[in-house]
Formats: sequence, structure tokens, C-alpha cells
Amino acid sequence: MRLDPNFVTLSVLVALLLAVGGWVSGGTYLSPFNLQSMAMQLPEIGFLAIGVMLAMCAGNGGIDLSGIANANMSGVASGIFTVAFFDAAQQPVVFTAVFAMGCMIVGTLGGVLNGLIISKLKVTPILCTLGTQMLFTGVAVVLSGGRSVAVGAHDPLYSIGNGTALGVPIGFLIFVGVVILLGVVLKFTRYGVRLMLTGANPKAAVFSGFPISRILTTTYAISGLLAGMAGVVIAARNVNVKWDYGTSYLLVAILIAVMAGVRPEGGYGRVVNVMLSAIVLQLLTSLLNFMGMSNFVRDLAWGLLLLCFLAVGRFAVIDRIVATLPSARSPRAPS
Amino acid sequence: MARASVVTGLFALGVFTILAAGGIDVSFPAIGAVAMYSMTKLVLEVAPGMPVWVILLCGIGIGAVFGAVNGILVNSLRVPALIVTIGTQYFFRGLLLVFVGTVWLMEIPPQMVAFGTWSLLEVKAGNGVTVSLPMYFLAFPVAALLTWYLFNRTLMGRAIFATGGNADVAARLGYNLRKVHVFAFSFAGGLAGLAGIIQASANRMANPFDFAGTEIGVIAAVVLGGARITGGTGSVLGTVAGVLLVTVVNNVLVLVGIPSTWQRVVVGAFILIAAGFFVLRDRKQSI
Repeated sequence: MRLDPNFVTLSVLVALLLAVGGWVSGGTYLSPFNLQSMAMQLPEIGFLAIGVMLAMCAGNGGIDLSGIANANMSGVASGIFTVAFFDAAQQPVVFTAVFAMGCMIVGTLGGVLNGLIISKLKVTPILCTLGTQMLFTGVAVVLSGGRSVAVGAHDPLYSIGNGTALGVPIGFLIFVGVVILLGVVLKFTRYGVRLMLTGANPKAAVFSGFPISRILTTTYAISGLLAGMAGVVIAARNVNVKWDYGTSYLLVAILIAVMAGVRPEGGYGRVVNVMLSAIVLQLLTSLLNFMGMSNFVRDLAWGLLLLCFLAVGRFAVIDRIVATLPSARSPRAPS
Repeated sequence: MARASVVTGLFALGVFTILAAGGIDVSFPAIGAVAMYSMTKLVLEVAPGMPVWVILLCGIGIGAVFGAVNGILVNSLRVPALIVTIGTQYFFRGLLLVFVGTVWLMEIPPQMVAFGTWSLLEVKAGNGVTVSLPMYFLAFPVAALLTWYLFNRTLMGRAIFATGGNADVAARLGYNLRKVHVFAFSFAGGLAGLAGIIQASANRMANPFDFAGTEIGVIAAVVLGGARITGGTGSVLGTVAGVLLVTVVNNVLVLVGIPSTWQRVVVGAFILIAAGFFVLRDRKQSI
């Protein structure tokens, strides 16, 4: 099997950051507690980044800007509904199940709306998700009246965000599970292969008789579902859900996707790499915290990192074309 | 209301220029903040006697330089401008906050205060309140005229539209894409810098965190004005109308008594409806 350069680069970066972190902090960076807390912060942004990746893979300038807004909306809507009808203290398991289901249903509906507008009305994805981003945020504001909705800290919901199983945070386990599942779906199902082929060459896909609008709608629906899951994790971790949570997540999710080597013009992206690149970002952020840098340095580092990865991607592309001539432009099946 | 539209309007003209060239710029709030804050600080600490027109020119210059960085990056990396400017947005604001400062400057130079309050005409309202139209309001129509001139009377304007319509064809026709990109982004950056200085003068303070989150609203205004997000079309007049529409909608919603919580829903729905409308219109024309 051929080694994937993105995968190798990111793995090396993870190892390097861990080593530097351990060295700078004298070991505390590598303590189980710190590793746990980093792993707990990962899933919510990871889900959103995968959503962005899927939208990018669909090609034609696909992108999902509405992710975090959708996550907040589903958290708020489901939170209000669940709190009104179920008593968390009496029936915690039912409460959690209903809340999580509610989040995912609302998230998926939001995603389907995106998908329908993009595939049926043929509105540019950037524009559509820009509009729905405002719409979703607005709905969340209207539903909650601008206040935060208290979901409460009851097991088992609380443990999704804060508990651990065998020392590994449960939220992280769920995230890894989703990554594996999606990886399999993208590599082995007809939908996954068609999605990548559509992204690589939309015209060819039309002439091959692919059900383009169904593929697009499914893609954005999955992206919405992931946003709903992010909503569950956010609620579980923070006890409250609020409409303006994580405003910077939108850009961070795109940063993660680009760092993972997802091609913005579509047709290529691997879920594993997205997970790795989310880990890289998290490690870097924690490392800067450990070194006593302010959040502003973090912003600067993120911006630089994104630009560097764009440059690396650009020159690697040149190398690949030179090395293997035009036939290399066919999309590789992702895993 | 006119005052509220000046800063948005200047930003919007910049965004329109970039859209016409076939990209999306989200780094303009960061550029505006950099120009505003570093100029204010510079004047306060180094050159207190600097006349206001020099300040304005320097602000525009800073914005243009940062814009040029955007342009060069977009051109040489060959990735969508949206992604590049997301990166530079973090980068510029990070530069500002790490190296320049994070404290709000509540005291701004007197010549800027004077500029902010220098009124073009004053109207005494019936209830005794003086309503003044400040001088800096003129910046918006002047910038709009300049942009109009650029797009309708100069070769560069044609080049920008051609690049936005189809970059490959434009390159084959002999347009220098690098020049076009750098010019369009510097122009937008310069407008953002101007907007930054005006914002500081009007509010009488310089806040390095200002403008964060305004990008979506401004892009919405431009798109409402009819510029297609894929580039190559649009008009300055449409952009101005879009800005006024968004400002009016925001104000009217409050006046009519629709709770402010609904504002985002309405603006979001507006964008979607406008987008759908333009798509349908295009489809009809192509038949």
C-alpha cells in the first residue's frame, strides 16, 4: 500500500508536538490528566471539521459555513424541548436519549435544508450556507430569547462530555467511532465513491448518470447530522447551550479541513487525516497555553499554520504532477 | 442611520471589488482594525501633530499593504480566496494583538475627534435636538464614485470583471492575473483601512477587537445588491443599494417593533431569498 503523504506529515507533527510539549513542560504535558483534557476538547470541533470536509469533497466550491450555527440551534431547540417535557432528575437516561436524538434530528434537518437549496435551487454553497448560518443562529436566538439554555449536569449526558472509560474520555471514543464509520462509508459504499467522483469532475458525474442532487443532499445532511452531534457534546461539556457558542469554530473547522489535505475544489479528503489534523491543532493550542502564551499568539499561529499548509499543499501538487504526468489527476479512493 | 452605513458601505465596496474578481474576502475587518488601532497609537505616541489627512492617507496605505499581501497569497497559492483570507484574518489580527497592543484606546488624538465631529450640515429637529450630518459621511459616496469610475472607465476594472468571469480565459487574453489580484485586494484593503480610521474618529476610541464578526453582514449586503458570489458581475450602484437596504432593514425592524432577536432570522432569510431570486432570473435569461 502506498503511503499517504498527508497522513505521514500529520503523524510526524503529532509525535513532534508531543515530544516538544513533554520537553518544554518537563513531563506534565504528557500526563494522563492533560492528555485527557485535550481529548475532551477535541470531539466538538472534530465533528464540525468533518462536516466541512464532506462539503468540500462534493466539489463545485462546496463548503459548509453553517456548522457551528447548526450545532447551536440543535442544542438550543432540543434542550428547550427536552427540559420542558422530561425531568432530568427523575429519568436521566430517557432525558439524555431524547436530548441527543433531538439534537441529531434538528441538525440533520438543517443539513437537508442546505442540501436542498444547493442541489435544487443551484445556489452557490458559500452563499447558501452563509444565509442558513444566519438563519440558524437567528432561530436559536428566537427560541431561547438570547439566553443560555440550562441542560443540567446529569449522568449519562454529563459523562458524554466529561466522563472517561478506561481512562479515555467517552466523547473522544464516540468521535473515533464516527471517524471509523465514516471512513468505511466513504471508501466502501457506492455513495462514498460517487461523492468523490462527483467532486473530482461534476460534468463527468452528470453524464455518468449519477443522482447528483441526491448525493449533494445526503452530503449536507450528514454534515448537519455531525453538527447535531457536536451540539450534543457541547451541551454535555458545558451544561449550558447558547446561541453564540464557539463563534471562532467556523474558521477553525475550515483550518482543520485544509490542514488535513482536503482539496477545496473537491474530490479528495480522508476522515483519518481530518482527525489527525484536529489533534495537531489541539496539541499546538495546549502547547502554547503551557508555554504561557496568550490567546492572541494562538490566533497568529493558527493563521500562519493555515497559510503554511496551503503553501505546502500547492508545491506538493506541483511535484505530484511533474512526477506522474496528467494521469495522476484521477481521484484516489479515500479511506 | 447615514452614519451607520458609512463604515459598512466602505467595507462593502471593497468586498464588491473582490467578488467581481472572483473571490471572497473575509479579512477586511482585521485589516480595518489593524489600520485603525496602529494609526491611532502611532499618532498618540510618536507624531501627535500629524494632520488628519496624513492620518487618513496612512490608514489607507496600511490597508492597501495588507490587502496586497492577500492578493499575492491568493495569486501564488492558487486556492480559493475565502480560505486564504480566513488564514490572513487570523494572522493580521494576531499581529495586531501580539505586537501592537490589546488595550482600548479611549483617548484618541484631537485632530481625529475634530474630524469625527466636523459636520457638513446641521438640522435642528422639532424637539430641539440638533441632527448633524458629519463630514466623513462624504467618504462613502466619494469612494462609491471612485469604484464606479474604476469599473466603468478604466482598463483595470475590465480586467477585474474578466478575471472574475473566467480566470483562464482572462489569462489567455493577456491580462496579468497577478497584477489584477494584487490590485483588487489592495483596493479593498485601502477601503478597509479608511473605514477603520473613520470608525475610530466617529466613536472617539480605538478598540483592537472592533469589527470582529461584521464580515458576514457586509458580504450579505453586497450579495443582496446583485453581485454574484462566483464573480464577474455586479454593479457599484447595486452594492450601494444593498448596503442601504441592510441598514434600513436593521433600523426599520427595530422601529416597527419586531424584536431584535428576529433580526438574524430576517437577514438570513433575505440572503436566501435574494440568492434564489437571482438564480431563477439567470435561468430564465439563459432559456
